[in-house]
Amino acid sequence: MDQDKASPLGTAAAWIVAFLMFFPILWMTVTAFKTETQAIAIPPIVFFRPGMESFAHATAQAGYMLFAENSIIVSFASTLLALLIAFPAAYAMAFQPGKHTQNLLVWMLSTKMLPPVGVLVPIYLICRDLGLLDTRTALIVIDMLMNLPIVVWMLYSFFRDIPRDILEAARMDGVGPRKQMIYLLLPLASPGIVSAALLAIILAWNEAFWSINLTAAHAGTLATFIARYSAPEGLFWAKLSAASVLAVAPILVFGSFAQRRLVRGLTVGAVK
Amino acid sequence: MANLELRQVGKWYGNYEAIKSVDLSIADREFVVFVGPSGCGKTTLLRMIAGLEEITSGDLLIDGVHANAVPPDKRGLAMVFQSYALYPHMTVAQNMGFALKMAGMPRAEIDAKVGEAARVLQLEPVLGRKPRMLSGGQRQRVAIGRAIVRNPKGFLFDEPLSNLDAALRVQMRIELVKLHQALAATMIYVTHDQIEAMTMADRIVVLNRGIVEQVGTPLNLYHRPANLFVAGFIGSPKMNFFPGRVQRADASQVVLALAGGETFIVPGPESPPAVGTELTLGVRPEHFEMAAQGPLAGTVDVVEHLGVETLVYVRLASGAIVIVRTDDLSRVRVGENVSLALRAGRASLFDSSGAALFHAMPE
Ligand SMILES: Nc1ncnc2c1ncn2[C@@H]1O[C@H](COP(=O)(O)OP(=O)(O)O)[C@@H](O)[C@H]1O
Ligand SMILES: [Mg+2]
Repeated sequence: MDQDKASPLGTAAAWIVAFLMFFPILWMTVTAFKTETQAIAIPPIVFFRPGMESFAHATAQAGYMLFAENSIIVSFASTLLALLIAFPAAYAMAFQPGKHTQNLLVWMLSTKMLPPVGVLVPIYLICRDLGLLDTRTALIVIDMLMNLPIVVWMLYSFFRDIPRDILEAARMDGVGPRKQMIYLLLPLASPGIVSAALLAIILAWNEAFWSINLTAAHAGTLATFIARYSAPEGLFWAKLSAASVLAVAPILVFGSFAQRRLVRGLTVGAVK
Repeated sequence: MANLELRQVGKWYGNYEAIKSVDLSIADREFVVFVGPSGCGKTTLLRMIAGLEEITSGDLLIDGVHANAVPPDKRGLAMVFQSYALYPHMTVAQNMGFALKMAGMPRAEIDAKVGEAARVLQLEPVLGRKPRMLSGGQRQRVAIGRAIVRNPKGFLFDEPLSNLDAALRVQMRIELVKLHQALAATMIYVTHDQIEAMTMADRIVVLNRGIVEQVGTPLNLYHRPANLFVAGFIGSPKMNFFPGRVQRADASQVVLALAGGETFIVPGPESPPAVGTELTLGVRPEHFEMAAQGPLAGTVDVVEHLGVETLVYVRLASGAIVIVRTDDLSRVRVGENVSLALRAGRASLFDSSGAALFHAMPE
């Protein structure tokens, strides 16, 4: 009917909103290719000869590679750990639900509502006493815990889509829970597992609060990289923009590849 | 070898009693069909036998061994699910061999068993395909094949044909009966379709609201239903029921005053009911005939020509509809006035609780 056809006005409005939302990223990217003088010029310069000096500075002098390495290790390791723990948990909740399974799921998700700063001091002290300050281990564990509720939820909803009959048939065939997970759930839920993993990687990559507060020169991730960079070099817009582009680019590229998969993963069960 | 015995088996889901004290024994190699309307507890009972559902009360014995706590795979029973429950990511051959592989059987032996089952079920050409590339009938066969390769003592089927079209259903019905003869295994088959029950079963168990209403051979249930429920459930079209009251009764006949005002005579009761007793008269559609004179009179409402036979719906003066089954040459027309009489004196009487009092069956 009428609703299927977008009105020209609506389309224009959508484009404007999209442009407004995208503009900061666009401007940051443009600035990264400017010189410092061009970057602070008022009125802003739109046409200029792009240069790579700021990128060179960020990678060579500010130690981009170490932070990037930390980001990769922390996001992938925390995701792997979260999956290993969430998989059996979601299995139990989906296929052997108890009276309180639903409550448990909601409670797990509700922990995401807690402001992280509320537990900053205890966590900081724990890390200090365990000698885990400025280590990847601490970040891996914290990111894993942070993402666990979401990963459990996602796997749970994927498992719920697998017909129970199939697992019962396996039970009749003498296939125990562990073998069911390996031979049936793993292959059948693999699209869901991939979606959950993608989301967890992105969330861990973008996590800034804990990495800024718990790490310094050794285990800092790219979020820390930008934060630290903005302090001493705060006035150098071009270099800061270059650093930000370098921090954001990998996950943007990764995310755009993963996009379709992610949308499918997040809407599973919503539409049947 | 698999004989099963259920002793006062009951099932509670929370505070809902799905199965109420079922007693049943099933002999080795018997083909038993559980039939009943949707929601009566057939699946629940079958799943308790399979071990997929806990037995709340009572005992299950398999070959004389108490089996309530035996895990499903140790009961020697295989189940074929209504949805087939095939493993969608495995080929037909892998589906059928999965249980054996998990049990650690050597590859060559698995291949031999799967090959043999595929031959019996005519699945050889599709062994390499995934379930989604199969027709409904083939999927059904794979599900059966998966059960066969395990060489179980007994098979449990939960409405296995309900997802197939009518023609295929008739064909699979025959194949299953043949399979039962070939495998010489005990089979329990669940269906809501009384025609499937009648055509396949050695014995039928009629379930209703978690209760066993009657157990018997198909013809026994048809001719001697224990109560109104079984009488109405077995047979299609349904038996006609008429509420009435005993006017006179002796050893040769019962004279009934029907609620519509007609007087109806049923021959030969075993023990005559007391005068004034409220009864229900039951007459199957084929036990009526259109006669010049008869106790019931009405107008033809609908005529259905089925080829082999003709179903005539007669509206009585009281408004009640009576279904009459006549031969293919019936010339009745809609709107015609007809009288109905009992054919060969066949009729059933049920007391006010619904229990059968008497089935009139001369000769
Ligand atoms: N897991 C369950 N929890 C609660 N009630 C159930 C459950 N399974 C079945 N029931 C109820 O038990 C009754 C019998 O169900 P079922 O055995 O599936 O019937 P049938 O197979 O004869 O259609 C139904 O009323 C159904 O709602
Ligand atoms: Mg059922």
